[in-house]
Amino acid sequence: MDTTFLLDTLGQLLSGLPLTLELAGISITAGMVLATALALLRTGPRPGAWFVRGYVYVLRGTPLLLQIFLIYYGLGQFDWVRHSLLWPFLRQPYWCAILALTLNTAAYGSEIIRGGLQAVPAGAVEAGRAAGMSRRLLYRRIVLPLALRQALPAYSNEMISMIKATSLASIVTMMELSGIAYAIISETYRALEVFLCAGAIYLTLTFLLSRAVAFAEAWLNPHLRAGTP
Amino acid sequence: MIRLPRLLALAAFAVAPLAFAAPASAKDWKTVTIATEGAFMPYNGHDASGKLVGFEIDLIADLCARMKITCNVIAQDWDGIIPGLNAGKFDAIMSAMSITPKRMEVITFSRPYTQSPSTFAVLKDGPLANLPVNRLSLDDEAATEAAVKVLTPLLKGKVVGVQVSTIQADLLAKYFKGVVEVRTYKTTEEHDLDLQAGRVDAVIGSTSYFVSTLAKPGGDKVKLAGPLFTGGLLGKGAGVGLRKADTDLQAMFTTAINAALADGTIKKLSLQWFKTDISPAN
Repeated sequence: MDTTFLLDTLGQLLSGLPLTLELAGISITAGMVLATALALLRTGPRPGAWFVRGYVYVLRGTPLLLQIFLIYYGLGQFDWVRHSLLWPFLRQPYWCAILALTLNTAAYGSEIIRGGLQAVPAGAVEAGRAAGMSRRLLYRRIVLPLALRQALPAYSNEMISMIKATSLASIVTMMELSGIAYAIISETYRALEVFLCAGAIYLTLTFLLSRAVAFAEAWLNPHLRAGTP
Repeated sequence: MIRLPRLLALAAFAVAPLAFAAPASAKDWKTVTIATEGAFMPYNGHDASGKLVGFEIDLIADLCARMKITCNVIAQDWDGIIPGLNAGKFDAIMSAMSITPKRMEVITFSRPYTQSPSTFAVLKDGPLANLPVNRLSLDDEAATEAAVKVLTPLLKGKVVGVQVSTIQADLLAKYFKGVVEVRTYKTTEEHDLDLQAGRVDAVIGSTSYFVSTLAKPGGDKVKLAGPLFTGGLLGKGAGVGLRKADTDLQAMFTTAINAALADGTIKKLSLQWFKTDISPAN
């Protein structure tokens, strides 16, 4: 293989890494907050639960690619959107991409966290109530920590798929890793080497992320660590 | 590139029938698969029923009849069209592809069958509505330098949309790098939407393509502005893209195009689809 070309390509691709990390970081974080809120609504009383059901149904049932297109090109076609207060944000491909990624991951995430919430042992909740905890304190001290801890392994899947999903932002002109990869290929017509380099970068990212989640898991579950009595 | 990656590239595109992967030996062309983008009206596009239509689709029918071969036309995304040709997924590209030195490094071309200048499309009530209009050959270096000097302050900080991997993208990179903010789109239809939405201040493309932009819903808000660029890195018109090994096919297409130019077929199709004659100068 032509190592100078590979190194050169790698260098160019790495210039898109900050944007990829931004898109992934912001949407995963905002998505997790939204997912938690949605999961709480979903396990709560009816009107809220029904709303979340519908939301999850729609967002999980349609391709992310379509959602990005709809938010970016779709909304931009309405005059009232273009004259609304939101337009300074929706005008930017950056915010459209983040909005789509966040809404999408929140839908998947809320179901994962709901699973975590429902797996909280009834006994733990009862014990909290018996100790006289208010509902708010019960959630803060008992339910949410347990739920999030239980949801984390499944949630790491979602985080990894979000890192890869940022590559779709290239269709709304964001020059992140994949966008740059496409641009290099269209200049050099060397698809194989460029995609190999891009793949290696994504692989490194997801490796680092899965290690980080594994550490977080170990930290959150001291009782499961080997050697603990 | 040495041997191994090329082998891998072939393996990566193994979905293509093996017959197409080894075309160099096939001297007797009976069937030719031609790729077109299918998103670049009036050159090529899809009608409401999903059928490929356009100037090039009609031209392909004419040229193939002249060459006495059967042609299959397939739609292929623009950004993978040259790698796809070299990987043997199809035998020819007819997709308004300009003949440029950069592309000549990896593929070859028939003689050109159309030539049309490039220019900007802007919103009538936008900030660039009054760009000076004149003809400008990029072969004329002094005139180009003067024009760039005039345009630079006008375009400073403006957002310009362009399709990825086009001669117009090269033009922006060469003459207006750091002056304009370039947004790169996969298809021209997408940059048209963003022009109308006001996300970009201008798009740059071929005047022949903009015929369809102006005819679309909302096209009445759009006008063409700025120099009509020709020559230089814009190449000498659009030709049939072919693998370098297929010199026989190249000769067949060139002969057929010459015949279609001579008897006025290309002029007739051009007037029909573009309302103007974009036959190449020579």
